[in-house]
Amino acid sequence: MKNHPISILLKRELNSYFATPLAYVFIVIFLALTGVFTFYLGNFFERNQADLAPFFGFHPWLYLFLIPAIAMGIWAEERKTGTIELLLTLPITLWQTVIAKFLAAWAFIAIALACTFPMWITVNYLGDADNGAIFTAYIGSLLMAGGYLAAGMCISALTRSQVIAFIVSLVVCFVFVMAGFPMVVDVVRGWLPNGIVDALAGMSFLTHFQALSKGVLDLRDVVYFVAMIAAWLYASILIIDLKKAE
Amino acid sequence: MVEVQQLTKRFGSRLAVDQLSFNVGPGEVLGFLGPNGAGKSTTMKMVTGFLQPTSGTARVNGFDILEQPLDAKKAMGYLPEGAPAYGDMTVQQFLNFIADIRGLSGDFKRARMQRVVEDVHLTQVLAQRIDTLSKGFRRRVGLAQAIIHDPKVLILDEPTDGLDPNQKHEVRHLIRNMSKDKIIVISTHILEEVEAVCTRAMIIAHGKLLADGTPDDLAAKSRYHGAVTLKLAARDEAARVLKELPDVLEVKNEDASNELTVFPRPGAAVLQSVSAMVEQKRWTVQALYQQKGRLDDVFRQITGGAAA
Ligand SMILES: Nc1ncnc2c1ncn2[C@@H]1O[C@H](COP(=O)(O)OP(=O)(O)OP(=O)(O)O)[C@@H](O)[C@H]1O
Ligand SMILES: [Mg+2]
Repeated sequence: MKNHPISILLKRELNSYFATPLAYVFIVIFLALTGVFTFYLGNFFERNQADLAPFFGFHPWLYLFLIPAIAMGIWAEERKTGTIELLLTLPITLWQTVIAKFLAAWAFIAIALACTFPMWITVNYLGDADNGAIFTAYIGSLLMAGGYLAAGMCISALTRSQVIAFIVSLVVCFVFVMAGFPMVVDVVRGWLPNGIVDALAGMSFLTHFQALSKGVLDLRDVVYFVAMIAAWLYASILIIDLKKAE
Repeated sequence: MVEVQQLTKRFGSRLAVDQLSFNVGPGEVLGFLGPNGAGKSTTMKMVTGFLQPTSGTARVNGFDILEQPLDAKKAMGYLPEGAPAYGDMTVQQFLNFIADIRGLSGDFKRARMQRVVEDVHLTQVLAQRIDTLSKGFRRRVGLAQAIIHDPKVLILDEPTDGLDPNQKHEVRHLIRNMSKDKIIVISTHILEEVEAVCTRAMIIAHGKLLADGTPDDLAAKSRYHGAVTLKLAARDEAARVLKELPDVLEVKNEDASNELTVFPRPGAAVLQSVSAMVEQKRWTVQALYQQKGRLDDVFRQITGGAAA
């Protein structure tokens, strides 16, 4: 496995995140924001419950900004510097390249997420926490992050401008979140048939994260996120193949 | 063997490469010449499997680039135009990464790394980040990554662009030394480079092949082929006299260099009659030589004076 092209490329990509201070800045921002959201906006202490519901509840909104920021450079940068030509003429297939890049960015997000462990220690210190549920919620959060990331990567493949990639990814992810937001769903229900509204809400990150974030592991939610990731990655492959010359 | 068959690339309405066909065999160093926008880089991008041809294909070492891209890519080393590389890596890390992806390992990898770093003179910058390197060093890193796996086929897009004269010389020397059992295709705008390293030259413009031959063959198409140049004080008198010789077509007074160039009629030679005349008239000449022909002249002639 160590000498597999995917793992060689994955290692290079992951190292390149940490080659600049940007990665550390990102992790610090991530931790600061999760702290602010959980303790101030989420009334963590006032709730008097030993769980991480407020913490995980904010993840969909946090990812909305942070993950497009990671994803925007993944292909846009390769295009801008011309290294895409080097990469795609090496003896490695396009799908291996796409998977390696995705896994590297996902691993980076997993590292950032793992850095929130003091949160977990805190709830265990404060009360009798359900660690199985917390673990499930972490997995759910990581799966959802994968969905955002795959979408962002695909959009990054469309343009050589990181700013455009960021904004478009943000909008696309926003739509995927809002489609399941209760307020939006209720409004839409007024003028669209129920079947369509439910189908749209069923496409939302939010809908599928809800149960996972409460520690309920439903296979359908896992399948949804995995399918989401696979579909976006497949689209990336098609787009890169089509637009790599530009 | 590299076999290019009817290769065509269209960008929208612009035909960048137009039904290009040619074969290159082991031991050949093929120089790709042509004005800016001729389609040299586009051809290389298709042969290396980066761009999908609009039609036609290329076979590298027997592997079709469309059907067996991985095998074809394994057999090739490629320096893309502009020598792109990952700026956040050091030279050592970058070469190591390329060697790994190319499947090199153990002693062979170590030996190749050492050899390439020496050949391309990178020792002093091994620990430096690539985005802090000068243009010439970056080009050398690009060259190093292209040859690290000792490929059978080397495709180099403007390999000496941005190098200092010493390095140009070194790189040409390196290319010549590697050429014995390899197929090397280089693109360049430096015509003296073609004479120095290429066994064969192709001139393309607007994506079409216009000339193909050894550099000497091509030079022979020049008007200067067989012309005799002499440098002497009595230029005006000599010009008048030499013009009257039987096989002379024209005598040109090159004011810039104080020289005279005597052009023969097609198929004729004038060296002997010119030197006989020099002796007869007892002119003191500082130089007298016959020209082989000038590639830049042929280049301009063939590509219709398009910007070179
Ligand atoms: N991605 C692209 N999209 C549209 N047109 C392109 C693209 N790449 C190249 N072209 C066009 O194709 C033609 C051939 O370009 P190419 O880069 O192959 O020329 P070249 O011979 O390498 O020139 P140079 O000597 O300047 O490097 C040019 O007219 C160029 O504008
Ligand atoms: Mg070019």
